Parts: sequence; structure tokens; C-alpha cells
Amino acid sequence: MLAVQEPALAAGTVTCVATTSLVKGARASRSTIALKMMMAGSGLIFIGFVLLHMYGNLRAFWGHDDFDRYAEGLRTFGTPDLPYGGLLWIIRIVLIVSLVIHVWSAATLWRRAKRARTVKYQVKKNKASTTSSRMMRWGGVTILLFLIWHLLEFTIVKVSVNPDHQGANVTQDPYNLIVASFQVWWLTLIYLVAMAALAMHLHHGVWSASQTLGLTNSERSRVFTKRLGILAAVVIAGGFSLVPIFVLVGVIS
Amino acid sequence: MRLTLKIWRQPDAATAGAMHTYDVDDISSDMSFLEMLDVLNEQLNAKGEEPIAFDSDCREGICGMCGLMINGEAHGPVTTTTCQLHMRSFTDGETITVEPWRADAFPVIKDLVVDRGAFDRIIQSGGYISVNTGAAPDAHAMPVPKDHADRAFDVATCIGCGACVAACPNGSASLFVGAKITHLGELPQGQAERDTRVVSMTAQHDHEGFGGCTNIGECAAACPKEIPLDVISQLNRDLRTALRHGH
Repeated sequence: MLAVQEPALAAGTVTCVATTSLVKGARASRSTIALKMMMAGSGLIFIGFVLLHMYGNLRAFWGHDDFDRYAEGLRTFGTPDLPYGGLLWIIRIVLIVSLVIHVWSAATLWRRAKRARTVKYQVKKNKASTTSSRMMRWGGVTILLFLIWHLLEFTIVKVSVNPDHQGANVTQDPYNLIVASFQVWWLTLIYLVAMAALAMHLHHGVWSASQTLGLTNSERSRVFTKRLGILAAVVIAGGFSLVPIFVLVGVIS
Repeated sequence: MRLTLKIWRQPDAATAGAMHTYDVDDISSDMSFLEMLDVLNEQLNAKGEEPIAFDSDCREGICGMCGLMINGEAHGPVTTTTCQLHMRSFTDGETITVEPWRADAFPVIKDLVVDRGAFDRIIQSGGYISVNTGAAPDAHAMPVPKDHADRAFDVATCIGCGACVAACPNGSASLFVGAKITHLGELPQGQAERDTRVVSMTAQHDHEGFGGCTNIGECAAACPKEIPLDVISQLNRDLRTALRHGH
């Protein structure tokens, strides 16, 4: 018989590290993966929304009357079966719930990640991660701040930042308000920066959500989804940027 | 080769550590990284100083015992384990920073040695199949489709070294758990406990204090066994299936 003795233990030099217990009664819904799935699912709802929103914005190329008619159409949609603005409120409620879930799960996972490594490396290289992936959290905060400003400016308060175009016929007319606003260069710049943040968020987000939902189980699907992320970033952020840019250069007026 | 080494020294888990600088000379480019540390330790011994503690066992790249953060990369600049990393991957006169794996779930025991018991407990919580022991069944008694067998084998090469955790900015062990889930989930023997396995292992992973995955891919790039990122998707998918089955 072999008597195996750990030399280090025998010498008593190894500090005994506290062992943690095994989990009893594990629930799938309580896992970090469930949290990520909630973040991924709410993110997909946002993608659906931004596509619709972008379509509406691009109507600005059809001119004042078409754009304003579309904006009014969103409110009268489904009437009289739905009340005036009913569709918009249904969408808003879905978006608000999604936003709460998205931000809450992100904040919870962010806190967890910070606690998972309290002692930092002196030197740490990034070998494979994209800039987009490393910008998810602060980029997300940027988009959230932009969202607050954007809603105040165009939905809740409706303010014109253009000193030359003030008054109710500007702020209460959707087309006039966007044209007046994006003629101001710094406002267009803020929007373009926000769209860059959105592009990066989508670039990693589309791929990450697919991975979290368990849809990328092979190398082929992984490559495909990463390309889909780039496509979503270019189409959505690019599509949104067209109207502000074309207003600034005077094509839309 | 002449090298300057900046190495993390920490007497024990309870005492604060710090980086110390050492100079080594006459290092052969054919030495492995661990042999280079052995040379340094001989010098320290000769001077009556405490040698640097680091983990190693097989030194063949198959046991998963060794693992150091070298110049900010888990296992250094080559896709292999620290024991199979050779000094020819460095240049003469270079300064090399050596740190232990950093994760609160992997507490430092001494110097560069960390306690990876968290991985053992994750395996203990479900990384197995329950079968009666006895005579080995006939090899053809349970057919396994070739592509399933290949994938199971590819991910079974995970040696549990912890490089994935070390490289992950979130300190997540998702690649490790994903490799185990995929390995057993691809095989017929793994099906009976598939749902409970993923739920238990994920719960243990979270309980140990590992972070959540953000799918950025640093883990797969650091993995000496090149476990691909899609095992994390498999892990997520299995958990989703378990959720649907009411676990």
C-alpha cells in the first residue's frame, strides 16, 4: 500500500483557504444567465423599435406634409378601436418595461463583474475583444443620457435649440422642429456621437444577444451573427444619421 | 538571455502582496518558462531567500496545474500552457511581468499560487454522469454520431487551468462551465442529467463569485486548448431548455 503524504501539508505551510459550500436547490431563473437572457430579450425589442423609428425618420426625405401626416398617423392608428395615441402608448409601455429590465440587469451584472475581480492586474492585454464589446457599459450609459435629452427635446418638452426658429409653429410641428434643430451644428454633432455609441452597442449587442440566447452553437453561426451585428450597426446608426446630416447641409429644409 | 522579472510576491492569503523585481542571466531560449523560474528560485535559495511559489505538475501541457499571467496574457504570448511556453518567445533584455490569476473566486494562497477549488466544486455540483460501475460495456453498445463524438472530444480537452477566468474582464468561468456542459451534453450518457447539470453548475458558478459573461471572447483567445466560444452559447441554450422544462 502506498502512503501518500502531501509534503507541503505535512510541513504546515499551506494556508487553508475557506471552502465555500455547494449550492442546494438551484433555480435556473436565479442564475446570471437568466439575467443575461433578460438583457438580450429586451435588447431585441429595442432593435425592433429603432428600426421602426428609423423608418419614420427617413420619411423626412418625402417633405413636410408627408412627415407630419405620418406623425399624426401614428397617433390615429387603429382609431376608433384604439383611443387617440393608443398605439404609441402601448409601444411606450413595452419600451419602458424593456428599459427597466435592460438597465437593471446590466447594472446587476456590472456590479457582479466588479466584485469578481477586486484586485486588478498590473498589466492586462486585450487579445480578442473588440472596442465595441469593451464599450458596452459606458456606451450604454452614453445612450441612456442621450435618450433622456432626446425625449426632453422632441417628445416631452419639445424645445427648439435654434435661436432663429422659435415659437409654437416650430415646436408643435414635428417636421419644422427637426429641421430647425439640426440646422444647429452642435446638436447634429451630439446626435452623430450618440449614433456612433449606438452603432458600437449594436455591433457587439446583436452578436452577444444571439450568443446569450444560445443561437450560435457553431463556428458558422458565430461568424454569421458577428456579421449581422456589423450590418445592424451600419444600417441603423447610418439610417438615423442621414436626416440630421441632410438637414445640416441644407438638402432637407 | 538576460531578463528582468517583475513578480508578484505574497507570503500568504492574509498578508498583502507586492511586485518584486529580479534579474536573471544565462537563460537558455530552450528553457520553458517554468524552468526559467526554477533557475531564479535556485538563485534565491542560494542567497537564503524564500523561493517563489508557483504551481506545476506534468509540465507537458496536459494537467492544467500551471498558469501564470505573463505580460498581461494568461499563459503568455503563445497559445499553450505556461509549462509549454518557451523562453524563445521572449527577447533578450526584456522585462516580464508575472502575476497570479486574478479572481476573487481564485484567492491567492502564496505568491503565484491560487486556490482553484471553485472549479472542483463546480464539477462536484454536476460535472459528471451517474452510472453504475461494473464491467465496461461493449464499445458498440451505445452508438454516438461522429460529429457529436468529435465535438465532445474537442471540448473535453479543457484541463481546467483557469486561464479563461484569468483573461475575462468580468472574472467569468463561462468557458469552463460551457466546455463541461457541451462535453457531457453531446454524449448519450449525459442526457439523463442534462437539465439538472446545467442548472446546478451555473448556480455553483454564480455562488463562487465568478462574474457573468459578456461574450467578448478574451477567454477563448487565452485558452491553451482552444475551446471555442460557442460552448458558452451551448451552455446558455441548455439553461434555456432547463428553464422551459421548469427547473
